[in-house]
Amino acid sequence: MSLLALSNVSVRYGRLVAVRGITFSLGEGEILFITGPNGAGKSSLLRAIAGVTPPSGGRIDFAGHDITGRAPEDIARFGLAMVPEGRDVFGGLTIEENLMVGTGMHSATRGWKARAATGLEAVYATFPVLKDRRHAQAGLLSGGQQQMLAIGRALMTNPRLVAIDEPSLGLAPNITDQVYERLIALLAMRKLTLLIVEQSSTRAMMVGGRMMLMRGGEILLDGDARALGQSEAMQAAYFGYGEP
Amino acid sequence: MGSLLQVLFDALSLGSLYALGALGIALIFGVMRLVNFAHGDVIAACVFALLWPSVDAVAIIFAGNLPWYLLVPFVLAIGAALSVACEALVFRRFRHANPATMMIASFALGFVIRYFLLMLFSSRPKSISLLPALSQPVEILGARIPLLQLITIAVTMAVLFGLTAFLRRTRFGLEMRAAAENFTMARMLGVRANRVIMGAFALSGALAAAIALILGSQTGTANIMMGASVMLMAFIATVIGGMGSLAGAVLAGFLLGAVATVMQVILPPDARAFRDAFVYGAVILVLIFRPQGLLSARGTRERV
Repeated sequence: MSLLALSNVSVRYGRLVAVRGITFSLGEGEILFITGPNGAGKSSLLRAIAGVTPPSGGRIDFAGHDITGRAPEDIARFGLAMVPEGRDVFGGLTIEENLMVGTGMHSATRGWKARAATGLEAVYATFPVLKDRRHAQAGLLSGGQQQMLAIGRALMTNPRLVAIDEPSLGLAPNITDQVYERLIALLAMRKLTLLIVEQSSTRAMMVGGRMMLMRGGEILLDGDARALGQSEAMQAAYFGYGEP
Repeated sequence: MGSLLQVLFDALSLGSLYALGALGIALIFGVMRLVNFAHGDVIAACVFALLWPSVDAVAIIFAGNLPWYLLVPFVLAIGAALSVACEALVFRRFRHANPATMMIASFALGFVIRYFLLMLFSSRPKSISLLPALSQPVEILGARIPLLQLITIAVTMAVLFGLTAFLRRTRFGLEMRAAAENFTMARMLGVRANRVIMGAFALSGALAAAIALILGSQTGTANIMMGASVMLMAFIATVIGGMGSLAGAVLAGFLLGAVATVMQVILPPDARAFRDAFVYGAVILVLIFRPQGLLSARGTRERV
C-alpha cells in the first residue's frame, strides 16, 4: 500500500488555478523529486499535502488516513514533516529549541523525553555544526546551516515522509552539495520516504530515484530520474519548445 | 533625596501597570496578529466581578470580601476565563480575517462588554475598598511610599520573571514562542493552533485581572471606563516596543510610565493638566525615528 496517494487534487487561489487535478502515489521508502519551472504548482502541491492550503478538489490519503482538508497539526501527527521553501527556522529560538518544537506532539506518549533526547543526538551526529552552536539563535546561522536545521527539525518529529521544498534555494552550489550529501547519508541510516521539490533536474539525476516533471499545474512526465533527465521529452518540457 | 525616590517609585508603579497591559496585548498580537482593543474592557469587567450587580452608588461587595489569598486567584481566574471566552466565541470566527477586520471586531467586543457592565452596574463610579491594608504608607529613606506601590512593583517583577521562565522553560512556552514567530510552521510541526491561542488569551486575561486588582486598590473606585486609559497607554507601549515583541512591550511600558511621571514633575504647573499631550508628543518623536519600534519582533513583517 502506498504511503501517500493523491487523486485528482486541485489547488486554487481565488480564480488562479495552481494545481490541476493531479493524481499520483508514493510508496514507503521511495524518493520522489518533483521538478519543473517556476510557477508550475510544485510548492502549492506541497502546501496542499501539508494542509496549509486545503485542496479545492480531489482527495489526499496519507499513512492510511484521509487527510483532505485536515489541519496541518493533525497531518504532522500522522507522520508528515515539512521543510518549507525558505526553510522557516524560528530565528529567535536557539537551535536546540528549534529542534525540540516538533517533539511536543508525542509528549502524551510514554518515554517521549528519552526518545527526543536520542533523536537530538542523532540529528547532531548527522549535522555536527548544529551541535557546536546548539545554544545560538537560529537566526544567526548561515543559509546552509539553516537548511540543515530545518531538515533536522523535520527529522525530530519522527516522520514517515519528509517533504523538502527547494533545498538548494539561495545556497551556493558547494553548500547544496553538502546538504544533499547529508541527506543521502541519512537515507542509508534510517528508513525514510522523501519528496523533494527542485526547480532543476540536475540534483534528481545525481541522487537518483523517481522524478516527476510539473508544468502549468499538471504532471507532464513521471519516471526514473536518470532516464528521464537525459530524455528529449524532458528538455522539451523544460524549455517549452515542441510537444513533450 | 526623598522626593527623588518618590518620583522613582511613582514611575515604576505607573510603568508596571502599562507594562502589564502592554504584555497582555503583545502576547495576543504575537500569536494571531490581533490588536485586542477589548483588553481594557476585560480589565474593567474583572473589577466588577468583585461586586453584585446593582445601579446604586454604594457597591455591594461580593467576592471583594474574600481574604486576599482567595481573592487574587478568583480575579485571575475570572480574567482568564473571560478572555478565553472572547477567543472561543468571537475571535475564533475571525482567525483568517485580515488584521484590520480583527481589530474592528475587538472594538465591537469591547463595547459589548462595556455596555453589559453599564446595564448591570450603571455608569456611575462606585467606591470600593479593595485590600485596604495596602494603602498604608511605608517610610523608605525619608520618602513615604504607599505599600500598594511597592506591592505593585514587586508583583509586576514577579509576573515578568514568572512569564519569562514559563516561556523559556516549559514545553507550552516553547510552542508559544515558535507560534509567535511563524504560526504556520509551528502547526506543521504539530503545535496545536487552538491550544496556543487559548493559552495566550488565558495569560492575557490573567494579566488584565492583575491590572484590575492594582487599579481597584489604587483608585478605590470601580468605573466601567477604568480599563480604557490603561489600554490606550498599553497599546502605545506595544507599538513603541515593536509590535509583538514582549520584551519591547515591557520596556516601553516602563518608559511611558517614567516619561509621564517625570513630566508631571518638571512641567510648569499650568501645563500639567496637559501632561498626556506631552507624553503623546514624545511617542510621536520615538516613532519618527524608530517606526519599527524599539525592539522590532521577528516574523512580523514576512508573515503570510
